[in-house]
Amino acid sequence: MKSLKMLVATGLIGAFMSIVPGTTGVLAQEEGVWSLRGEVALNDAAPLADTKKQNTSGKMGRAYRQQPPLIPHRMEKYQINSKVNQCLRCHDWPYNTEEGAPKVSETHYFNRNGVALDTIAGTRWFCTQCHVPQTQARALVKNKFKNASEVD
Amino acid sequence: MSNNTENSENVGVIKSVWRWFRRPTARFALGTLVIVGFVGGIVFWGGFNWAMEVTNNETFCISCHEMEANVYREYKQTVHYNNRTGVRATCPDCHVPKTWVHKIARKIQASNELYHHFLGTVDTPEKFEAKRLELAGNVWKVMKETDSRECRNCHNFDFMDFTVQENRASKRHAEAIDSGKTCIDCHKGIAHDLPEGAFDAERKINKAAN
Ligand code: HEC
Ligand code: HEC
Ligand code: HEC
Ligand code: HEC
Ligand code: HEC
Repeated sequence: MKSLKMLVATGLIGAFMSIVPGTTGVLAQEEGVWSLRGEVALNDAAPLADTKKQNTSGKMGRAYRQQPPLIPHRMEKYQINSKVNQCLRCHDWPYNTEEGAPKVSETHYFNRNGVALDTIAGTRWFCTQCHVPQTQARALVKNKFKNASEVD
Repeated sequence: MSNNTENSENVGVIKSVWRWFRRPTARFALGTLVIVGFVGGIVFWGGFNWAMEVTNNETFCISCHEMEANVYREYKQTVHYNNRTGVRATCPDCHVPKTWVHKIARKIQASNELYHHFLGTVDTPEKFEAKRLELAGNVWKVMKETDSRECRNCHNFDFMDFTVQENRASKRHAEAIDSGKTCIDCHKGIAHDLPEGAFDAERKINKAAN
């Protein structure tokens, strides 16, 4: 008998809990505040985000002379940490000759005091600080950016 | 002299067991013996295969914290754990051969790993990291010798559509077919983090092979 009561009680609590997120969702909307999940109750699956595809069709050219070139290939799986930098397995000499990849710029071997090193300078270790992939996404902010070559 | 008597006692026991073993039976019918032998065989074989099965899945592999704390957590970040198509490669898919003879050989080797587990050879992340280059090198060497047999259980150059691969992939794969290269020659660190000095070690292994 006791266990039956317990069962009913937990059932009721459960039912109440499942209503609460829904109501708070409505309240939030009325005040003009939106959750990143949109209008979806917490225990419903949110629709998939509109994922952007990476542009991997080939080298993309530069918009100005000093621009770090964009990464024209997939790169999410390459480990870069204090032990190993997998980008160098293709882009450092002599690997680049076997892999047919462009060698990292000579500037990347100079440390901050201008001393030429035989290995990549520490300041260049984390490639993705400067080199980024490009997706086919709309610009987040409307802008009038032009290539340096197009500016008169 | 007590040793001697013990020995002769032992010999006595062995002899009598041997005699019992060879004695023709009058109690059981030949049929009974055949059936008992048959059923016993099945039970033994089933049990053997069962033991092979329970030690041939991911849960068993990572029941050692050495594996769980290091390689498993890294592998969870990779495409062989979680991907677009939902096909997963588990530890034994890459590390245990599928064919029976090779599988048994690998299992016998694994008892050495158990020995080191109880010795605590790599029981902290630091010890593991210190040993890691050696361990990775062993895997590379084996995979080179077997022509990346385990990769080829799932992947096959013949079924790859080079036109949907990135240029750098299709170019290198065509080259690999022509020059007889194997997957592990180019694909290191696909399931786990690489240790420091991995690429120097790689060059050494490649030089030794040529
Ligand atoms: C498997 C070998 C390989 C790895 C690993 C690799 N790349 Fe590349 N990368 C290439 C190849 C090949 C090209 C040339 C692509 C082409 O010509 O279309 C390239 C091109 C590039 C370019 C364009 C250069 C230019 O002049 O336009 C950049 C930048 C680049 N990679 C950065 C990176 C970074 C950063 C990483 C690590 C996160 C990385 N790469 C890892 C092979 C690799
Ligand atoms: C501090 C920013 C920065 C970092 C970090 C950096 N780069 Fe660059 N990279 C540049 C810039 C800027 C250029 C183009 C100008 C030049 O040649 O120096 C460039 C050029 C390149 C090129 C093209 C060279 C050519 O001749 O076309 C490659 C390849 C490259 N980087 C790879 C890498 C890799 C791999 C890493 C990581 C090990 C890396 N870079 C780290 C800024 C950076
Ligand atoms: C159990 C089957 C299986 C085995 C064994 C296996 N793979 Fe894979 N591998 C896959 C699947 C499935 C994918 C593709 C996942 C996806 O993208 O949907 C994949 C993807 C890859 C990729 C692409 C990675 C990326 O980022 O897109 C490489 C490289 C690769 N495997 C190499 C290997 C190598 C090398 C071995 C041997 C050490 C191996 N695989 C063993 C099933 C397997
Ligand atoms: C000569 C070097 C080389 C060999 C040998 C090689 N690959 Fe690759 N493979 C590459 C390169 C370079 C890429 C593209 C860069 C990357 O994914 O890191 C690639 C990419 C891949 C991909 C991802 C393709 C895609 O479009 O997402 C798979 C899967 C793959 N390789 C599997 C294999 C398998 C399986 C073998 C052995 C049968 C093998 N590779 C042998 C160089 C090689
Ligand atoms: C896609 C194939 C693949 C899968 C799945 C895989 N491994 Fe590995 N494993 C490798 C390769 C290849 C190496 C050689 C080192 C390298 O290239 O990273 C390796 C190396 C190792 C090493 C040696 C130490 C090291 O880090 O190099 C251990 C231990 C190991 N694997 C255990 C495991 C365990 C446990 C699992 C399951 C959680 C697992 N592996 C899943 C391919 C795989």
